[in-house]
Parts: sequence; C-alpha cells; structure tokens
Amino acid sequence: MIDVQDLTKDYGSRRAISGISFKVERGEVLGFLGPNGAGKTTTMRIITGFMPPTSGTVTIAGFDIFRQSMEARRHVGYLPESVPLYTEMSVRGYLDFMAKIKGVPRARRSEQIDRAMEATRVQDRAKQLIGKLSKGYRQRVGLSQALLGDPDVLILDEPTVGLDPRQITEVRDLIKEIGRDHAVILSTHILPEVSMVCSRVLIVDDGKEVAVDTPENLVRQLRGSEAVQVSVRGPRAGVMDAIRAVPHVLSVSLAGDEVSDGVASYTVATDPGADVREALAKALVDGGYGLLELRMAGVSLEDVFLRLTTEESDEDDEAGEEAA
Amino acid sequence: MINTLAIAERELKSFFVSTVAWVIAAAFMAITGLLFAVLLLNSNDASLRFLFSNLSVIFLFVAPFLTMRLLAEEIRLGTVELLLTNPVRDVEVVLGKFLGVFGFVLVMLAMTLYYPALLYIFGAPDPGPMATGYLGVVLQAAAFLAIGLATSSTTENQIVAAFLAFAINLVLWLSESVSQFVGPPLGAALKFLSITSHFQDFSRGVIDTSHLIFFISVIAAALFLTYLSLQTRRWRA
Repeated sequence: MIDVQDLTKDYGSRRAISGISFKVERGEVLGFLGPNGAGKTTTMRIITGFMPPTSGTVTIAGFDIFRQSMEARRHVGYLPESVPLYTEMSVRGYLDFMAKIKGVPRARRSEQIDRAMEATRVQDRAKQLIGKLSKGYRQRVGLSQALLGDPDVLILDEPTVGLDPRQITEVRDLIKEIGRDHAVILSTHILPEVSMVCSRVLIVDDGKEVAVDTPENLVRQLRGSEAVQVSVRGPRAGVMDAIRAVPHVLSVSLAGDEVSDGVASYTVATDPGADVREALAKALVDGGYGLLELRMAGVSLEDVFLRLTTEESDEDDEAGEEAA
Repeated sequence: MINTLAIAERELKSFFVSTVAWVIAAAFMAITGLLFAVLLLNSNDASLRFLFSNLSVIFLFVAPFLTMRLLAEEIRLGTVELLLTNPVRDVEVVLGKFLGVFGFVLVMLAMTLYYPALLYIFGAPDPGPMATGYLGVVLQAAAFLAIGLATSSTTENQIVAAFLAFAINLVLWLSESVSQFVGPPLGAALKFLSITSHFQDFSRGVIDTSHLIFFISVIAAALFLTYLSLQTRRWRA
C-alpha cells in the first residue's frame, strides 16, 4: 500500500533524512520511532505529498505521490503533528468542508461524517466551535478528519500527544482497529505505545534507518538469550550448583555483590526461547533454599531504542544492514 | 472547480463569523455613507462619480486588512499543510481564496447600492456611468485583493502581509502622479502601471478594453505569483 524507496531530503547542506526505504501493507500499523529531530515529520510530510524529496520515490496504492499526486492523495488520510484545525468553524462544519475537498460525493458525505465522528467519539460536540474544544477533543477531530473519504492509508504524526490517559487508551484502540483494514504509519516517541499498537517498528536516528522489525523481535535480538533474575537465601556455591543442574540453563552469575543475610541475586542465562522459571523454582525449593524473588530479566523496547540510537556510528551501520 | 467553490465558501463564511470583517464592513458603510452625503450636498449632482473616486482610496486601505489573513493564517496554524496534502490543486486553493474574499467585497459593495437607489428616488441620475463606475470599483478592488492574497502567501505574519500589500497598492496608486515628474520611457511605464489612470474612465461612463485588460492582467499576475509562492513553500517547508 505504501512503498517508500530510498528517500533522501536535504535542507540546504543539512541532510534531514537519508536513504529511508520501507513498505507498509494493508492491515499493518508501522510505528515510526525516533528521537526528536530524527526526521520523522519530514518523512511523513514527503509521504503525504506536502513536500518533495531530494531523491527517492513514494508510491501510495500504486500511484506516485508526485507524478500522480491527486490520485495518490485521494488514498491518504493525514493527521499532522500540529493538528491544524480552523478554530472558527464548528466540528461538523469543519468535517463537512474536509469531506468536500477530499471529494466525498454529496450523497455519502453526511453518513461518512457521522461515522468518522462516531469512531472518534466527538458526536457530542458536533455543533461546538473547534476553538472552544479541549486539546483531547481537537486531537480527535483531527483524527476524524483523517478518516473521511475512507482512505486506504493513514499517516498519523504523534496522534496521542496531549491526551489524558483514558483518551490515549481510546485512541490507541481506535488505531489498532483501523489498522486491521488500513495501512497505518504512526509516529511516536512513546515506547509502550509502539508495543501496544504497532505490528512493526521502524527506528530512525539522525535521518537514517536503524532497524525495522516487530517489537518482539527487536527486543529478542537485543537480549540475545533469555535471562532470569533470582534472589535466593542460602550458600552461594550450593545455590549456583542447583541452578546449573536445571535443563536449558547456560550460565549463572552473581548479579551485584550485595549480599545481606545470606541472600544473593543471580542472573541466569538460558537457551533462547526456553522458559526455565518453573523448573528453576522447583529445583531451588527442593534443594531447601529460600527463593525470595524470580523474574524475567526484561529487556524493554526502551533499552533497544536507547541502544540503537546511541551506538557508535559504525555499529549503527551494522544494525541498519541487519535490519535490511 | 468543486474544490475552488468549497474553499471560497468556507472563506466567505469565516468572514461572517469574524469580528474584524464586521468591523471593517461597518466602518466601510459609515465612511461611504458620510462621503455620499457630503459629496451630494456639495455637488448637488445626482451622480456617484465623486463617490467612486473616493471608494478607490477606501479600498486602498481596506483591501489589505481583508486579505492579510487569507494564507498567512493558514501558514501560521499549519492548516495549509492539510490543504496541500488533500486532493486539491494549488490553483484551486489560490482561486478559492480569491473568490472568497472577492465575494465578501461584493457583499460590501452591494450594501452601498442604496445610494444609487436614493438618487433614483430623489433625482434622475444617468444609469450608464453608474454601472460602469461600479464595474471599475469592482475591478480595482479585485486587483487590490489579488495583490493582498499574493503578499499573504509569502509570510505567516498577518501584519507583514497587510503592510506589504498596502505598500504595493500605494505604489500602483501613486505611480501616475510620480510619472508626471519622470522622463518619457520610465514615465510612460509608470503611467501605464497606474491603477488610478486606468480607473478614471470607468467613473466617467467609459469602458475602454485597454483598461479592462490592465485590471485583468494585474489580477492574473498577482494570482499567478500567489500560486508560485505556494509551490515554493512546498520546497522550502
């Protein structure tokens, strides 16, 4: 649905994005992740046809965004970062205008507007002036505008910024639902949002593609092997032997040297994909040791993100190649 | 075409909900009403000829205030980004904006139609010069508006847009007076660019094609520059 090839954009001598390529199919939500200034908004502006790239192509539903711009634009719903709205218009009046310029035929306009308002839960403010709405409502009016005309592709630039926690959950659920039969690109710098909503993540840093994969795979790759953290009361040598005897355990090491009252923390590395927690607990209890804590040593998407975007540049290239 | 009309309609509606537009319209009616009364009492002539010359000065001041918002505000609010990413051609945006503000000026001018009505009730004015005079005023106002739209597309600051438009309008308005003091080649050019010299025949009841062409060219050139300015905004964005 969305096919981005080798996109590059220069602002004067500064290269804002360089060589970004990716595809998004119908039914996918691609999370566009990166620190501020990484080129997320620039990329989205190029994809939506707001500005031309220095080089590279964008194809939407088979139409080139610059050579067949009108056809391509008809397939895109866009919510810019600043959520631009005409504040002097009523919600319904605004949506009516947007439906007109999106070419929604008169007969279907009213029904489409109702549907978009219902999906984003703004019906109760239909007659109110946009200027008088709260930030949360404005955000949702912006989103319902993007849904008008039933576009195949949705480009959402930080759609949950400025919403309260309940609204954030609602909007995320809505995006997930939309994602089932649309191609969605969603930019964000809220990491949990990515794992919750997106089926794939594209991490960009300094205008370059750093990684593309599912959130789970990214986390797994970084973790390398699975790891479990345990706190046990008992003599260290005995505890470590007991742990080593559990199947799939690769190694045991003391985590930190903080030992109080005969309690120590251990990091247990295991075969990838193996969950040793039950066997481990049983082994320790059977051995007569006091098991105080046991948990997966989590590598969060946040760790992945920080590592990918703060690595040295040569490692950076490696990560990019792996992803490609 | 549908897009152009949708944009024009939205623009026109937004004039009617904006305080500024109402204030301008009210002041416009007050000033023209006063002028109509004063000119009529002084000339004792059932014609609008002097009022038309004054209308031209009034639009010189009023047009920039009506046009300053048109694109500058869209640029500041970022709504231009939505306009330019929807299936709307840049030309349609320019024409829609222009027609919207032009429509508002037509409404303002329509409100002055009760002056000729009064003349008909109390006298026997010559309808010809009145009709051509209105045509002249409309063309001139349209030229000022197109210039204002062009300056509004260059900046996100409405004050800058208004002053730029006013400066350009004033140069076109004064160029005839200046031309009298300048040698033939430049003088002739200045005289040709003068909005006033092209306007005067209309208020005398004459429609000269060269004047028509002048106004239409100014409007077309200003709208084309607006279009180019929108295009470059994409490249600079």
